[in-house]
Amino acid sequence: MTKLTELTLAEARDGMVKGDFTSRELTEQYLSNMEQGRELNSYIVETADIALNMADKADQMIRGGNATGMTGIPIAVKDLYCTKDVHSASASHILNGFKPKYESTVTANLWQDGAVMLGKTNMDEFAMGSSNETSYYGPVKNPWRATKENGTLETKDYVPGGSSGGSVAAVAGDLAVAATGTDTGGSIRQPAAFTGLVGMKPTYGRCSRWGMIAFASSLDQAGPITKTVRDAAIMMESMASYDVKDSTSVERTVPNYEHALTGDIRGMKIGIPKEYRMDGMPSAIEKLWQQGIAWMKAAGAEIIDISLPHTKYALPTYYIVAPAEASSNLARYDGVKYGLRVEGDSLDGMYKNTRAEGFGHEVKRRILIGTYVLSAGYYDAYYLKAQKIRTLIAQDFAKAYEKVDVILTPTAPSAAFAMGEKSDDPIAMYLNDIFTVPASLAGLPAISVPAGLSQDAMPLGLHLIGRAFDEETILRAAQVLEHAAGFTAKPKVWWGDK
Amino acid sequence: MSVDKRTVTKIADLARIAVGPDELEPLVGELNNILNWIEQLSEVDTDGVAPMTSVVEVDLPWRADKVTDGGYRDEVLANAPGSEHGFFTVPKVIE
Amino acid sequence: MAKYIQGATGDWEVVIGLEIHAQVSSEAKLFSGSSTKFGSEPNTQVSFVCSAMPGMLPVINEECIRQAVRTGLAMGCKINLRSVFDRKNYFYADLPQGYQISQFKDPIVGEGVITVELEDGSTKDIGVERLHLEQDAGKSMHDQHPSQTYVDLNRSGVALMEIVSMPDMRSAEEAGAYFRKIRTLVRYAGTCDGNMDQGSMRADVNVSVRRPGAELGIRSETKNVNSIRFMMQVIEFETRRQIDILEDGGEVDQETRQFDPATGTTSSLRSKEEAHDYRYFPDPDLLPLEFSQAFVDELAKGLPELPDAKKSRLINDLGVSEYNAGVLVAEKENADYFEDLLGELTQKTGKDKDKLATQAANWVIVDLFGALKKAGKSITESPVSIQHAAELLSLQVDGTISGRIAKDVFEIMLKTGSSPEQIVEEKGLKQVSDTGAIEAMIDEILDSNQGKVEQYRAGKDKLFGFFVGQVMKKTQGKANPQVVNQLLRPKLDG
Repeated sequence: MTKLTELTLAEARDGMVKGDFTSRELTEQYLSNMEQGRELNSYIVETADIALNMADKADQMIRGGNATGMTGIPIAVKDLYCTKDVHSASASHILNGFKPKYESTVTANLWQDGAVMLGKTNMDEFAMGSSNETSYYGPVKNPWRATKENGTLETKDYVPGGSSGGSVAAVAGDLAVAATGTDTGGSIRQPAAFTGLVGMKPTYGRCSRWGMIAFASSLDQAGPITKTVRDAAIMMESMASYDVKDSTSVERTVPNYEHALTGDIRGMKIGIPKEYRMDGMPSAIEKLWQQGIAWMKAAGAEIIDISLPHTKYALPTYYIVAPAEASSNLARYDGVKYGLRVEGDSLDGMYKNTRAEGFGHEVKRRILIGTYVLSAGYYDAYYLKAQKIRTLIAQDFAKAYEKVDVILTPTAPSAAFAMGEKSDDPIAMYLNDIFTVPASLAGLPAISVPAGLSQDAMPLGLHLIGRAFDEETILRAAQVLEHAAGFTAKPKVWWGDK
Repeated sequence: MSVDKRTVTKIADLARIAVGPDELEPLVGELNNILNWIEQLSEVDTDGVAPMTSVVEVDLPWRADKVTDGGYRDEVLANAPGSEHGFFTVPKVIE
Repeated sequence: MAKYIQGATGDWEVVIGLEIHAQVSSEAKLFSGSSTKFGSEPNTQVSFVCSAMPGMLPVINEECIRQAVRTGLAMGCKINLRSVFDRKNYFYADLPQGYQISQFKDPIVGEGVITVELEDGSTKDIGVERLHLEQDAGKSMHDQHPSQTYVDLNRSGVALMEIVSMPDMRSAEEAGAYFRKIRTLVRYAGTCDGNMDQGSMRADVNVSVRRPGAELGIRSETKNVNSIRFMMQVIEFETRRQIDILEDGGEVDQETRQFDPATGTTSSLRSKEEAHDYRYFPDPDLLPLEFSQAFVDELAKGLPELPDAKKSRLINDLGVSEYNAGVLVAEKENADYFEDLLGELTQKTGKDKDKLATQAANWVIVDLFGALKKAGKSITESPVSIQHAAELLSLQVDGTISGRIAKDVFEIMLKTGSSPEQIVEEKGLKQVSDTGAIEAMIDEILDSNQGKVEQYRAGKDKLFGFFVGQVMKKTQGKANPQVVNQLLRPKLDG
């Protein structure tokens, strides 16, 4: 018999509704896996008592015939979501001990639907990173390890990607059925690709940002990290909502995303942007992309070459806009209202000591860059220029969507790399998000689907970008890709008792 | 454009982040690397292009003028590193 | 007319600009649903949004938008159908977000002109540069604890309108007149209570001096001045201080200063070198604020008659003197009282408003204001209702009582709160117009004052007043003075 923890979200849902097992049984198995998997460092906090309590309530909902798609499903929550009376620190020391007295809208939606919280997952500090090496709580280990030529597993650790590294490690390691992530420039999609999972960033405004610890307000979006496209559709429906507490949230009915998974993409127009063919891209990535194109074609889609001319400027644009917003968003961490305080000889001294000790190096670097690009005399040259280029990037997409329905690209320029490999070179690290950032800047929905393995058997993802609020089309196309790829590989368990 | 020690000291001060003397030099290098890389944006012609204000095409929502929040001081102060008699406390500001 | 200040080395001209911060009248704060009520226990009107908890987001209060537009309309300024909220970044203990949401490049209200009246009767146009909406900060208290500053966030996030003038004022008097005019306008529009004691209005005062006709001098900015009197003191002090520096061959520093009400002086807070770099940028948590001209027009329709229009109507249509009209319109409550009283009086007497307005205005300004001042009360707390006041005046108009008696009746009204008709009835104060009775009294008085009658007839005309006085005394002031005059003169003239 398959272990309960190897079931997909949809399978677990159906099994509970049929009465094959309870949410409590499922949750208990996950809690035990979590204990075994602590070496991965994917959870910052495990909330076993809360989980069992929620599981019992979910079982009541199921017995009462009130189950939704998420009822009884044990999930992991990124530490960036504020969860009432539970550790919520965006993996930063500066929010030391912070337990909010409120619940984020997205998690409240999930709990309303009966989902079960297993714990809070590790992440790059304030979501700033692409390898989950900047967390105050230590790096997260990718459950996947490369396979050596002799067929044995590497013994060194690999990064899970970031910033939602703890969330993907938890799901890939079977320490949660699914997890919430957040995506500012690729923080859901790139780690999903690095761990053989599905990761979706919906359209900006689709999920409420209320109660999500802000990194870059104009880019941050919540989204699901799951084992399958169907799971992503189910979880997305629960997370999405219009929220009067978020002025950038959009009032639109949330569709039944699962209904969009018809398996039929005949006549769908798939755009292939020539600018995503980067120099020095590993051949495995290029091959996978071509394979993806072939799969879509075989499924009856029409392949159309397109151009997104400003693609190469997306990443530097992002590295002005996001740090600028972050430098302001993170000003509230000053040792006065919550979190860490390090005393000083004056109010300013206290601020400076608190923020020097509370923020990690990458966060400080981005705050300084953000402060600089907004400062007197530089605003026009940097920030204003970047926001203009952002308009051009959005226009590129708008033009492309006159001809195509979705755009197919690789998710990341490489497979997961070894821990420490890029941590000394910020720009090399930033390049991880080269394929994911443009959609973020334009606010478009995008999804990463596991589609193959690298030469050393590490997972690789393909990336679909859709029109604003057309999550249904990318989900439908993603599922076709998923089925064509037939990706079934799982990491070999090297942690815990094995 | 590039930054020197003086500029980095100034922006660190604006951002209220203490930077030790031994941290300054490496920071200057790191920030210049990033700024040099960003510099490629100058080659883009943005004449007549409107800066992005929002990626969502919706109107700013307005809420009614009603008192719907507040009145929970204990919860507001619950996480404060310093509080006394219902106030937040900070090191004395000399004016 | 240029107003120059004489220095030791020649004439100087002072140039003044004001940034007035007016608290928007609203139930809830600009971006959160917490109450704006004044004087509550610390941190009891604070939400997770006002205290900048992680992940909290702003949502704008529609009434604050309306109030800003109404104020802009009342000042005759251009209303911008699209404006943008920016973040002004700086650190301070009472600024929980680490930034203030304000409007920098694109304010909700643009340029306009305010006409003020000066003591010599002349008028002056003062330009308004803009009005923008922004959040207030919290309050720091430095004197409650030896080593700690206490922070109360009740005010944090309350909506403010910052009204920025052009540097068009040339004397403390002009600045005072401008500030008063703005205060009158916001109170008419109902957009700010104008209560300076509670900090509802305060000003940053920019002062510089120059030789007449020269380029603008370097200015100082004195922050948070919370009364018109203080503001005028700041201007006087800064003018003298800067002239002294310049005449000694020094240079004025561009700096931020603070006012000490105890000494009437200002002192440096921070210099330009320490000036903030606010790093303004559009708040990504908010979209641009947009509304239609129809929305503006609707608000314009709802505005009450504004002081300038009201004043000219009082003068031109009702015949009220310019001085009285000016006094009445300065405070909306006074004008309202006057107009309500006039309406009531018109109904009671059946006479036209313009026949009654002067008398009513005089009574409000002299009798009522005098009594209120003595009692230390405002007009909204007036012990005399509009009803009673109209009754009192109409008793005079129809000749039931004389002006003299009216004053006595008013005194009794203030003490007892009774209606004037009742007082007149009970105390028998009705004016005597019965010619027979008065004639008899006159005869009696002439009889017992034969000597004075002789003197009068010998040419001492002034004695006429004496006889009138005697009649009034005998009737306890109730005799109708006109009737007395008519009867007395032929009898004296023999």
